[in-house]
Amino acid sequence: MSVGSASFDHAGRAGGALNADALRADARRQALGLLALLSPGLFLVFAVIIVPIGWLFWLSFFDETGQLSLANYARFFEQASYVKTFVTTFKVAFVVTGASVLFGYPLAYMLSQLPRRVAGVCLIFVILPFWTSVLVRTYAWLVILQRKGLVNTWLIDLGVIGQPLPLANNFAGVVIGMTHIMLPFLVLPLYASMKTIDVDCLRAGMNLGASPAATFRQVFFPLSLPGLASGVVIVFVLCLGFFVTPALMGGGKVIMWAMRMEQATSLYSNWGAGAALGVVLLAVTLALLGLFQWLLGARATGVWSRR
Amino acid sequence: MLLSLAPSALPIGIHGIEKRFGALSILGDLSLDVAAGEFLTLLGPSGSGKTTLLMILAGFVRANAGSIKVGGEEIITVPPHRRNIGMVFQNYALFPHMNVFHNVAFPLKQRRVPAAETRQRVEKALDLVRLQGLGERRVDQLSGGQRQRVALARAIVFEPRIVLMDEPLSALDKSLREHMQIELRNLHRRLGMTTVYVTHDQREAITMSDRIAVMNAGRIEQIDQPEALYARPRTKFVAGFIGESNFIPVESRDGGVWREGSRLRMDAPAPSAGRHLMVVRPEKLRLVAGPGEAGTLNTLPATVGDVIYQGDSFICYATLRDGRQVTLRDYCRSDVLAKLPAPGEPVTLGIDAQDVVLVADQ
Repeated sequence: MSVGSASFDHAGRAGGALNADALRADARRQALGLLALLSPGLFLVFAVIIVPIGWLFWLSFFDETGQLSLANYARFFEQASYVKTFVTTFKVAFVVTGASVLFGYPLAYMLSQLPRRVAGVCLIFVILPFWTSVLVRTYAWLVILQRKGLVNTWLIDLGVIGQPLPLANNFAGVVIGMTHIMLPFLVLPLYASMKTIDVDCLRAGMNLGASPAATFRQVFFPLSLPGLASGVVIVFVLCLGFFVTPALMGGGKVIMWAMRMEQATSLYSNWGAGAALGVVLLAVTLALLGLFQWLLGARATGVWSRR
Repeated sequence: MLLSLAPSALPIGIHGIEKRFGALSILGDLSLDVAAGEFLTLLGPSGSGKTTLLMILAGFVRANAGSIKVGGEEIITVPPHRRNIGMVFQNYALFPHMNVFHNVAFPLKQRRVPAAETRQRVEKALDLVRLQGLGERRVDQLSGGQRQRVALARAIVFEPRIVLMDEPLSALDKSLREHMQIELRNLHRRLGMTTVYVTHDQREAITMSDRIAVMNAGRIEQIDQPEALYARPRTKFVAGFIGESNFIPVESRDGGVWREGSRLRMDAPAPSAGRHLMVVRPEKLRLVAGPGEAGTLNTLPATVGDVIYQGDSFICYATLRDGRQVTLRDYCRSDVLAKLPAPGEPVTLGIDAQDVVLVADQ
């Protein structure tokens, strides 16, 4: 199309610069077209995220009798058991995340150093538990860890201990069971980010006089931080809302947030109380994500990173 | 004191290096001496083993056998971080989580150089590669050429005994590459460090090197100064890899070299009896009006196939009597242009006796 064509030129000049109006209209048309293409996705987000959360929010402001009130929120400050649940939930999430890092980092590091084909096979063993139900895995841990379970029987038979160790139906049991389930969520993003570290960067580190340990500390570890951060965020957030494993492995002694919600809704049929718990959990989680992003910088956190 | 002309440039003695990956032999009994302060280029096609040799020198790859001596001291089992060898990597391998200053300061930090001296030396190194004032930049804010310079500064800031470069310019565009070739050359002249440079670009090798070792299939085919390598290739591979070549079969017998029944005039002594190839560079061939005008030149009767005008020069493709195609290149001087033959025209090609180079016909 010739820009010099008379009618086009004339229409353009009316708005100031050459064809400025026509170009602006074209940009608007393109934006509207994109919006139209996005609309199915936007509708889905609205229907399955915005509406339910809004409804949850709405429900949380009604007490058992259907009266508008802040009673559901006041309960957090009035009842000590709520505070205790809150503290327990965070304690579990912290300890499980810490344990996942402790086991997951060396595992991911080893995988990243193995030849690709061997690493592929090993990765299958990391992912395999993913395909097994959480319930089944939790019961399996119960069998292994209980008073007369595999671990205690062996240790007693070997004479290492006299009395069975309390490994199930308590905090330790919850942490062991949950760490096992959370490990892949940490290992996979971490492995992916370790794989992107340029081998030549590590070679350069050594070439420039850093010992293997110093190269790990000064080059490899900092470069693996984005993957570690995203893994930690995923694990921590999943821990905050985790239900099955603490419910089964805690033996009723470890009450987490999600278990409270279940009690409120199915035991007491108090949807308002459950909704308020959900809203608080959501708010705390978002606040934590924000804190993480702020601490590590948006670039360092793989979840938001454009890479 | 720092980054001065390195009086401590050390020679490298590479002896009997062998490297196999499984059954595959990468380097076979390779020996090479690099003089102190020399700029030596390992030139070869991919898979010739040049990068493997460099990796063995840096200590990243363990050889199966051999010895590497730096200034007489054996380093073959010394781990890379104690070799004190600077290296510029093909993709620069800058640390993305550090700014320019910390990248260049990294080797000094490992050597526990005091902070004030570190700052001074880093600044001097950045100055040397003309990046003064860019210390605070993040690596991803730099252009390719600037990254190249940071990598260079980082490799020389700790005054290594030897600098290795693995195709450092291959990621740059042509004009920047040619510019950096000259800069690297000048930097080497100023600092005088022993440099081993790897490239597959023959023009780059010729431009920069004191000597070039042409590698092929894990062996060194020829090691020589650029001029000698170009003018007197010793094998068909070298003649083909460096510059363009016409190969014309000849035979050596009775103390002379013969082509189609006529004896070649040549300055060099005749090689051992048998079949050989005459290496003729396109620019050494001349168009001769007829056999009478040839004088002392060796002559080859041919038919012109095509003449391609390239501005400053032209290329003439001609077919010899045996059907072999040869290429001739000459500058577009008016006297040459005036006598330029037309396609299909018979011509006589001449080659000077001193330009006759023979290699074995493998």
